[in-house]
Amino acid sequence: MQNIKDILKNRILLLDGAMGTMIQRYTLTEDDFRKGWFEGHDKPLKGNNDLLSLTRPDIISRIHEAYLAAGADIIETNTFSGTSIAQSDYGLEKYAYDINLHSARLAKAACLKYNEITPDKPRFVAGSIGPTNRTLSISPDVNDPGYRNIEFDALVAAYEEQINGLIEGGVDILMVETVFDTLNAKAALFAIENCKKNTGKDLPVMVSGTITDASGRTLSGQTAEAFLISVEHANLLSIGFNCALGADAMKPYLKTLKKKSNLLVSAHPNAGLPNEMGEYDETPDKMGEQIEGFIKEGIVNIVGGCCGTTPEHIKKMNELIIKYKTI
Amino acid sequence: MSFHPDYTGQYKYKWTDIPFMKLSGLEPLILTPESNFINIGERTNVAGSKKFLRLINTNEFDAALSVAREQVENGAQVIDINMDDGLIDGKAAMVKFLKLIASEPDISRVPIMIDSSKWEIIEAGLQCVQGKSIVNSISLKEGEDNFKYQAKKIKAYGAAVIVMAFDEKGQADSYERRIEICKRSYDILVNEVNFNPQDIIFDPNIFPVATGMDEHRQNAIHFFQATRWIRENLPGAHVSGGVSNVSFSFRGNNTVREAMHSAFLYHAIREGMDMGIVNPSMLEVYDNISKDLLTKVEDVLLDRHEDATENLLNFADNVVEKAAGVKDTAEWRKLPIQERITHSLVKGIADFATEDMEEARHLVDAPIKVIEGYLMNGMNVVGDLFGAGKMFLPQVVKSARVMKKAVAYLLPFIEETKEKGQTNGKILLATVKGDVHDIGKNIVGVVLACNNYEIIDLGVMVPVEKIIETAKLHDVDIIGLSGLITPSLDEMVTVAEELQNQGMAIPLLIGGATTSKVHTAVKIQEKYTKGDTVHVLDASRSVTVAGELLGKNKSTFTNNIAEEYDKIRINYAKKVGIKSYLSIDEARSNKQKIDWQQEDIKIPNFIGVKHYENFDLKELINYIDWTPFFYTWEMRGKYPAILKDEKKGEEATKLFKDAEAMLEKIIAEKWLKANASVGIWPANTVDDDVIEIYKDEDRKEVIHYQYALRQQLKKSDKAFNHSVADFIAPKTSGIKDYIGGFAVTSGLNIEKQLKIFEADHDDYNAIMLKALADRLAEAFAEKMHEIVRQELWGYEKEKLNKNDLIKEKYQGIRPAPGYPANPDHTEKIGLFKILAATENSKITLTESLAMFPTAAVSGWYFSHPETHYFGVGKIKMDQIEEIATKKGMELKVYKRWLSSNLAD
Repeated sequence: MQNIKDILKNRILLLDGAMGTMIQRYTLTEDDFRKGWFEGHDKPLKGNNDLLSLTRPDIISRIHEAYLAAGADIIETNTFSGTSIAQSDYGLEKYAYDINLHSARLAKAACLKYNEITPDKPRFVAGSIGPTNRTLSISPDVNDPGYRNIEFDALVAAYEEQINGLIEGGVDILMVETVFDTLNAKAALFAIENCKKNTGKDLPVMVSGTITDASGRTLSGQTAEAFLISVEHANLLSIGFNCALGADAMKPYLKTLKKKSNLLVSAHPNAGLPNEMGEYDETPDKMGEQIEGFIKEGIVNIVGGCCGTTPEHIKKMNELIIKYKTI
Repeated sequence: MSFHPDYTGQYKYKWTDIPFMKLSGLEPLILTPESNFINIGERTNVAGSKKFLRLINTNEFDAALSVAREQVENGAQVIDINMDDGLIDGKAAMVKFLKLIASEPDISRVPIMIDSSKWEIIEAGLQCVQGKSIVNSISLKEGEDNFKYQAKKIKAYGAAVIVMAFDEKGQADSYERRIEICKRSYDILVNEVNFNPQDIIFDPNIFPVATGMDEHRQNAIHFFQATRWIRENLPGAHVSGGVSNVSFSFRGNNTVREAMHSAFLYHAIREGMDMGIVNPSMLEVYDNISKDLLTKVEDVLLDRHEDATENLLNFADNVVEKAAGVKDTAEWRKLPIQERITHSLVKGIADFATEDMEEARHLVDAPIKVIEGYLMNGMNVVGDLFGAGKMFLPQVVKSARVMKKAVAYLLPFIEETKEKGQTNGKILLATVKGDVHDIGKNIVGVVLACNNYEIIDLGVMVPVEKIIETAKLHDVDIIGLSGLITPSLDEMVTVAEELQNQGMAIPLLIGGATTSKVHTAVKIQEKYTKGDTVHVLDASRSVTVAGELLGKNKSTFTNNIAEEYDKIRINYAKKVGIKSYLSIDEARSNKQKIDWQQEDIKIPNFIGVKHYENFDLKELINYIDWTPFFYTWEMRGKYPAILKDEKKGEEATKLFKDAEAMLEKIIAEKWLKANASVGIWPANTVDDDVIEIYKDEDRKEVIHYQYALRQQLKKSDKAFNHSVADFIAPKTSGIKDYIGGFAVTSGLNIEKQLKIFEADHDDYNAIMLKALADRLAEAFAEKMHEIVRQELWGYEKEKLNKNDLIKEKYQGIRPAPGYPANPDHTEKIGLFKILAATENSKITLTESLAMFPTAAVSGWYFSHPETHYFGVGKIKMDQIEEIATKKGMELKVYKRWLSSNLAD
């Protein structure tokens, strides 16, 4: 199979879209999140989407395949909250490794299936490493700015467990994404470095931040360039942004990354801004127009979708990539 | 002149194939050849600053932060932080200080230099900084293995590093030793550890001169030479140093020290030193140094004479100490009080909060006014800047902290002014599970606390179980939920469902950036029917909402909210085009089922129809609701507040005076005549939606069938599909029920006076007259309803005041045919017939079923305690077909009457 770095020299690669939006389409019940694994668990589990890789692997596989069918080159594992820290909210910290191992296997199996269907288009699995729900740089207590509810070492340990599971499950790429606190990302990169030493596997690493303020800063206050500088030490495959306020709002920051570094740049924005009901309603065509701008201006090497995007969105992006490749 | 035999002239950067060194705090700092010299603040160093040491020792971290902030304000591009002192737990102090700095964007915008001789302190520090920082320092002092281990770790943490010219044999004190150690260190780092060469900074040791010892005379020169050699021979590497060391012998004589620092830097920079730890306030401008002094200083630095040191020492004794020229960063303290408070809030400076609050509270009549005025004004500026992207979150958090400190100072004074003991109520606040944002919630907490509510703040990421458990344990009066990210919206729905499941009825407040009235109405409120749910737009409104919810007029408030949210739901359904409708049969099975009891129904004192001719208009004046009058004139605002409105008050008052004057004429000169017909009849419902109205208590002769329309929009589990028919007892229940009807006008004879105005082209008075006639008609309807409730039907005992009347705080409703609760205009025909309204009261129906005179109101009276207003909204063809058939109307015609209600 071709090396991803070589492929990226020649063309834009396509990431998949949202997992959560697709899961919502199945209108699952509490039972779906327990099936076979957590039937007697004492806390409600509905909404803990990562568990579905264990309890409803059929659904996760179907979603992966829907994105592969839409043309995604890289699909992300269903492990955004797959750390013991994020899972401890549900009392499932012990299952972090299982979540990652099984999620990676599901994604890998889907890719292998599609590698046979379209052998000239190799597919890759990116292990999704989320920010967790705690922040190393921000106090959760406004009255005590020096307080933290997580420490660096503990976060590194949790990330190592996640990464080991992902590697064991066969991922091809590690993706530290939706970075809202750069120090959390640095902990993930530190963990990746440790895992690399322990497993001997040197997987390409993608880092993707998120800018949610009108001021153009991450939640922890960094500018796009400061964010870039803070993670650049980690020999990255790509740097980029995802989630946040939609494609248009993301564009100036992507340009900053392109201009200020030699790294490849990735972008997987939301389908616009959430409306007053918290839903995303940018259509594939509407979002496609904005992505087309990215491609035309040559500011991205990897594109895809985050919250609210669907295989229809990814299919549209695939058409655009093909269109501009042949021009 | 050159200090190095091999190189002449000013150093020029020549490693163009190597990237620049990049550092970051919240903002980037890139060392380009043009950046010349990066100055590193040195005041936050316990080894170098007695003041800082004392602050850390006494745990005065707030003041210690001010030291850091001052340095950045004074131009430090990086700040060096050192906690190495025997009496301090250096690791704990480093971690605490760095975490505090992370919350101070004015400081953390610059990169941090983590300075310690202990590796464990350095590593602990590296774990606290999100930006790319500099480690100060590592060296070969303890051998290569240790050096490599530390360098690898630093690389993994993503920092740059200062390497001391120090090895196993000791500290480099000559030019040769300096370059030997630096070369060896560089090779190990670049070749073995793969450290980026541009991220290596050498500190070739700045040692004191003029110590009186001969071996120290060349200290500065050797440093200059080594600097040049490093910059010329070790590609990409930088040179830094602690400048104040050089003047160590002249401690106490700042004039000489400042001159020495400047002169030293001048020469070192020429040789290629591009970073340095300096105290900017201990630095004279090179050109400003007096010629005399400069010559003597440079003689020492460059070792130009045997007796250079002696000369400088002699000279130093004669130098008059000048006043310390600390830069005045407090110019803004001279501004007026509001500007100072705003400045403190915007800049997040807590230092003057107490002082300013003390001053401000004497300027207002009640301390709470300081919060509502000065502080809220300042926070509005913060909000505007944040909205415009000119401030970012960590800065806003700091503003909130200043606000908190200011409020904390005011609280005891506020306590004094309010009644002791009793609070207004207990309010639980929580940011829901999955969300860590709490600025808004905290502000709400502060504002409510200031208004004498007891606040139980559960913090962030609070699971629903804990919310409910705490609410029960403390028996709270209100639960407030907050959240910023979109998944929090779902979590709030979960909380509402769980409250419902647990049978709780505590009012629920919803707030936070992504929340909206629409989401609250559509998704949350319907899940929690046992309690009231209110969306609160911002902190300032939380007080009014809490006050209403816990006050005497709660039901009015919640009814208004419920009605408003009903409308929002209908509009939302329209907007998103949810075509989720029930069949009329399904809708009927979801009707509101009243538990019918004969004792709930008052048998009317009067049955039949009664007419009132030429009703005394004077009696109506007190029943006028003036707010819609101002609406007619496109002046939005509540009466009487609108009369005092800042912008519209004057105009509104003028208008109101004209209205009162005309009203007097209307009455005195009998411009208008008012008639009314009211009736009360026995009634029962059949087939769910048909109200049979009987001639008399025999209940045999039906004088009119009222066909009530029913809502067909699909509702959530707990909401009904309403029809006014549900408010009348079914015939099958055997319960005797009644219905009333009315038609009133106050517009008879209006044409005569209107024509006079129109002939004069006096539009103003013409419109005024029509508007007043309309108001009188509404007032008349209100008055008649009262007569019916209190006399004819007689179920209401106490007389209500005007305000309660306007708010319709009484039992029973009077929906008009053609209006939301029953949008079928054709129902007016039957109503008018059984009232004989046209014959007796001279109100006619036009072809399009409008009433004439136009200043007229008609409707039905429903009296049961559970009646309420609602809107039928969109209905389906099945209902229209059924009613058309029952009414014997042509479908095409009937459909046209209801076209605006037909869901497509």
